[in-house]
Amino acid sequence: MTSATAHRDHPETAAEFVANDARAHWHDQSLWFVRARRDKASQTLPEWEELRERASKVKLHTMSRMADYLEQFERNAIALGAQVHWARTPAEHNEIVLGIIQKHNATRVVKSKSMLTEECHLNPFLERNGVVVTDTDLGEWIVQLRNEPPSHIVMPAIHIKKEEIGELFHDLLGTEKGATDPPYLVNAARQKLREQFLNAEIGLTGVNFAIAETGGFVVCTNEGNADLGVSLPKVHIACMGIEKIIPKAADLGYFLRLLGRSATGQPITTYSSHFHGPRPGGELHIILVDNGRSNILASPEFRRSLNCIRCGACMNTCPVYRRSGGHSYSTTVPGPIGSILAPTRDAQEHASLPFACSLCGSCTDVCPVKIDLHNQLLTWRRELALKFLVPFDKRLGMSLAAAVFARPWLYRVGGAIARRVFPWLPRMLVYNRWNPWGRQRELPEMPAQSFRALYARRKRNHKVPSDQKPASR
Amino acid sequence: MPRVGLFIPCYVDQLYPDVGLATVELLEQCGCDVDFPTAQTCCGQPMANTGCTEAAKPLARRFLEIFRDYEYVVAPSGSCVAMVRNHYHDLVHEHPDFEAVHTKTFELCEFLTDVLKVDGFPGSFPYRVGLHQSCHGLRELRSGKSSELNVPGFNKIGGLLESLDGLQLVSLQRPDECCGFGGTFAVSEEAVSCMMGLDRLHDHEQSGTQVLTAGDMSCLMHLQGLIARQKKPLAVMHVAQILAGRKPQLPA
Ligand code: SF4
Repeated sequence: MTSATAHRDHPETAAEFVANDARAHWHDQSLWFVRARRDKASQTLPEWEELRERASKVKLHTMSRMADYLEQFERNAIALGAQVHWARTPAEHNEIVLGIIQKHNATRVVKSKSMLTEECHLNPFLERNGVVVTDTDLGEWIVQLRNEPPSHIVMPAIHIKKEEIGELFHDLLGTEKGATDPPYLVNAARQKLREQFLNAEIGLTGVNFAIAETGGFVVCTNEGNADLGVSLPKVHIACMGIEKIIPKAADLGYFLRLLGRSATGQPITTYSSHFHGPRPGGELHIILVDNGRSNILASPEFRRSLNCIRCGACMNTCPVYRRSGGHSYSTTVPGPIGSILAPTRDAQEHASLPFACSLCGSCTDVCPVKIDLHNQLLTWRRELALKFLVPFDKRLGMSLAAAVFARPWLYRVGGAIARRVFPWLPRMLVYNRWNPWGRQRELPEMPAQSFRALYARRKRNHKVPSDQKPASR
Repeated sequence: MPRVGLFIPCYVDQLYPDVGLATVELLEQCGCDVDFPTAQTCCGQPMANTGCTEAAKPLARRFLEIFRDYEYVVAPSGSCVAMVRNHYHDLVHEHPDFEAVHTKTFELCEFLTDVLKVDGFPGSFPYRVGLHQSCHGLRELRSGKSSELNVPGFNKIGGLLESLDGLQLVSLQRPDECCGFGGTFAVSEEAVSCMMGLDRLHDHEQSGTQVLTAGDMSCLMHLQGLIARQKKPLAVMHVAQILAGRKPQLPA
């Protein structure tokens, strides 16, 4: 898992990904394809922007009364027969899950995709305690077999080519060598996963939306694995971050319509499974996890990031994510939203993430719940500078530049000298390893005079403006 | 006669003086009384975007004081205008001149279309022009519809360009993806930044662009740097230069 490896900053991990040009372009194009599908799907709904507005309002309202809605949810869920647990930290969450498993003397768990359990590093914890966990979402299972974290929150194995999956399956499942045919590989996976489903004693799922009014919740999958995973075993554990709460069942429509379209361009995810209390004779445990979320809730700057419904659209649209891959972020949730959430957990470790962004703003325009992602990334940069977590050379450079800009005479003279000296410098002195600009780019040509000099001359010459008048409305 | 305080961003002043001159000519053509206050230097964007708020604040204050007495402030740079309009609030909202100055500061093309109501310019530019929609112009100033939004389409810069005779705007595979400049991003994330830039250029080449243009010289500086290194057959001009009747320097 990422947490076990030494931490590296984004520019370094990104440069490694970009170095494999063919792969980086393949990754970029696969995700752009999804983004294009999202555009088409969103354009089929004339009310798209209104939906975004409403969803965002519902979320903001929920956040203003988060505690009330959570308690209402708890009451109603208990009334339906569920058992509700609260966890402040990943460790508490993992202990609760293990406790339930041990109470049932179980060792085999099937899990449907849940980013929260990734966030809590549940799998390695359970494995250390003798529990066999199988991720049943195909992509999630593939990354589990490869012993690596997902690289995307909706398409966890988007970074892996089908040839690589063929090889992996050949080694682990005994499929034919060199086979890359997706239906064939999927079928092989299905056979193997079926065994896991049949043998499982506990089914574990995430939660997409929990409804305060009813005490029920919804899990969205495309493979139906959440349904299968909790149909056979008697015990269902559902893990949710506290921000998954929405007030009413009637609000659900906004989110379900936005989620599938934003995520993959589907009108709706194939399965939206509703759970209201345990099945007859079974047990339903719901674990509500904080892990830093109430801190975010308390900060006016970043509160909006809790709007997130984890559709992944901001990743698909992010030109940096597409070219650097999810693993380059070294955090469970990558991309724009991950770069906001990660520093709230550990600002020092993730200080490079808010800078892994050109501030293009595409994420803000694509986000179905209107999180102003790029502005929050900018705010993070400010916070990091206040905490002295912006690299020293960057801070020094900016202070020096600001000192020059505060003195017009110094700025003028400095500019004039630079423009005069630069063209005479030998290339080696300008283009070397200390000049990252010049590795692949030329510097601009230096003009003899600045604008202010030319403007002053123009004014002296009383140059009359051209008599050509533009057309006017 | 609208009295315009001209804001020429520091790097345009030092490196692209003709973009400034073209801007002056355009505004004068449209009947503006243009003045360039020489005490100006930089709006503070590089510092603010790097998180160095304290370094940016005095520059923002200087900006407000220098420009407070003009009727309008106009700059040939979407990104610097977005800084003043959308981000000065975080730096200097308590300053007595903040309210007035940040609402009267405009990017050149939006000033021409929205304030002066200019429909177009005379003259011809018989080339295939690739418009790079700079992100800050597009998504912070809304100089056009961004591809993510489901709203009616419009494009202020494209509209002005298309008024020129013979000018043909090319259509791109990805109409408004970022070029990868992003200020200090271009240096601190050099690898991704250059890949983004090269991908943009590839799109323009595939679409038949002869002259690459934008409302932001900073994006063009980055793209031009890549073009020059790779010796690609593309001319680069700021939109003000095209509108003011400059001719492109096309490779032979
Ligand atoms: S931040 Fe918005 S776009 Fe990104 S995953 Fe969350 S909901 Fe989707």
